[in-house]
Amino acid sequence: MMVIVPDSFAASDAAAATMPQTRRPVLRWLAALRASFGLALAAALAFSAPAQAQFRVEISGVGATQLPIAIVKFRDEERSAPSLSLSGIVRADLERSGVFKSIDAPGALDENSQPVMTEWRGRAADALVAGSVTRLADGRFDVRFKLWDVVKGNVLGGQSTAVDAADLRLAAHRIADFIYEKLTGDKGVFSTRIAYVTKGGSRYTLRVADADGEGGQVALNSPEPIISPAWSPDGKQLAYVSFEKQKAVVYAQDTSSGARRELANFRGSNSAPAWSPDGQTLALTLSREHGSQLYLIDSGGGNVRRLTTSNAIDTEPAFAPDGRSIYFVSDRGGGPQIYRIGVGGGNVERITFGGNYNISPAISPDGRTLAYISRQGGAFRLYTLDLSGGGAQPVALTDTSDDESPSFAPNGRLIIYASRAQGRDVLMTTTLDGKIKARLVSTTADVREPVWGPFGR
Amino acid sequence: MNQNSILRLAGPARLLSLSTLVAAAVLLAGCSSSVPLNDAGGAPVESRTIGGSGAGTGGASESRVTPVDLSKGANDANGGAQNIVYFDFDSYVVKDEYRPIIDRFAKALAADRKKHLQVEGHTDERGGREYNLALGQKRAEAVAKSLALLGAADTQVEAVSFGKERPAAQGSDETAYAKNRRAELNYR
Repeated sequence: MMVIVPDSFAASDAAAATMPQTRRPVLRWLAALRASFGLALAAALAFSAPAQAQFRVEISGVGATQLPIAIVKFRDEERSAPSLSLSGIVRADLERSGVFKSIDAPGALDENSQPVMTEWRGRAADALVAGSVTRLADGRFDVRFKLWDVVKGNVLGGQSTAVDAADLRLAAHRIADFIYEKLTGDKGVFSTRIAYVTKGGSRYTLRVADADGEGGQVALNSPEPIISPAWSPDGKQLAYVSFEKQKAVVYAQDTSSGARRELANFRGSNSAPAWSPDGQTLALTLSREHGSQLYLIDSGGGNVRRLTTSNAIDTEPAFAPDGRSIYFVSDRGGGPQIYRIGVGGGNVERITFGGNYNISPAISPDGRTLAYISRQGGAFRLYTLDLSGGGAQPVALTDTSDDESPSFAPNGRLIIYASRAQGRDVLMTTTLDGKIKARLVSTTADVREPVWGPFGR
Repeated sequence: MNQNSILRLAGPARLLSLSTLVAAAVLLAGCSSSVPLNDAGGAPVESRTIGGSGAGTGGASESRVTPVDLSKGANDANGGAQNIVYFDFDSYVVKDEYRPIIDRFAKALAADRKKHLQVEGHTDERGGREYNLALGQKRAEAVAKSLALLGAADTQVEAVSFGKERPAAQGSDETAYAKNRRAELNYR
């Protein structure tokens, strides 16, 4: 963190060197004051902007139309809940969506104020949010807010809820969802969750966190690798591959209770679990009959039936949202490409043609967009492809070279993926046009394999 | 240096020079024995070279001990690991140079049907995790097939893969990549 000190102090240092001894004590006092002022300023910055310290929103691309919104610090939020900035979480959520631009919001307003709209129009805000956080006698927190349409000058809505301390973050995310829905008409994803894997030294964890990467909780802690996590459609279970038995085995785990069961441990490797939209079936990759092929299995673990029959590698299945077909990766044509097959088997249709290495398919909730990783000249990059046909060309969303594991947000407006920055694995979100990207909180461990959970916790 | 010169030296230098002269005199006195150098009646001097059993061995040491390491992946005398088969980039072909290793394991399995072997395939770090898991599986299955052809029973061998999750060597260069493209044979 850089502290800017006025030039006059620096000049006085130079002057002090040539001054007679008697004058120096005064300048030494000034220098000491500057030093302590600098410390105090740094401390103040650290306390007042925890949200900014946690993420960085990089906006690339000119002319992105964004709704300017002013979010005033909630009354008493620093006093009632000093460890998190409630309004900061709301601001960060809305900015990360790419749809909003945060406007400076000084002053002290709350949900009962009568803000002067001309003042806010003068600040070029289209919307205004103010609220309060009050600690209740029973230890819970009363969180209230109001949303104004600055242009029209009317109240768009507001809410008040009482929450436990443990749910303060969630309360902030729900406020962001409310604002997002009121102003865009789309459902917000800020109170959804993500899962991802961390690797630190020789320890691996599978974690569940808020969609902004905060509040991560460990679901599985292992000395052996964990890969390919997958949320069940109801958000209650995670399927994943664990190497704890010195081979790849698929497990399903109830995130709330920690109860886990072996879903597939056949001869050879068992991997790449993918849930059907109705949660009754999983597609996965088994090598039980030699070669990696796609199979279907009941979510209870039985009734294994083979789906693909090729002499190639078939893997990484992903159900289409209507549950009727499955996208997957196959190298039956030479290098790995993305194909589609009906859940009943039968005709296999090739989907990707550009380049010779296309993997990790993810389908948008409306079934219209494919996100995947394509190797171009040694770089592994996130691409999207319009599935409506008609000769659409793939579009690169990033200019990084080590992207992996794309996953759509349940409203289809954002993609989370893993990438590499400054030698470390990090989690990123991007808008579908690639213009607004954000890096999520990362710990000291490498983070990889993110998957976005469904609506509802 | 004549006597006059030594006497002109000061202190320790003089002492050193005098000592050297005295020592030289003593040595010379000792050498003047009564035995002539080429006396035909004297005892023969035995010549022995240390560390050899005679002509033709080129200097092999008497003290050499060659270690035998039974731990996993240890190198044999030729510098190759006893239980690892290495692969070329993008390939799962078992090269001829690894036939002896596979042969050894196949014979051991055929001789003891209770033994169970896990063949573990690996890839280098480039590329996707699941696709690499499948590539590692292909490498393991290629070795398992060779084992079966050489006498191992199907039930004794399980081919599995770690993909790129368990590198033997860290690094993003060809040296590291080459060390990671492998199949390990481990009794389990």
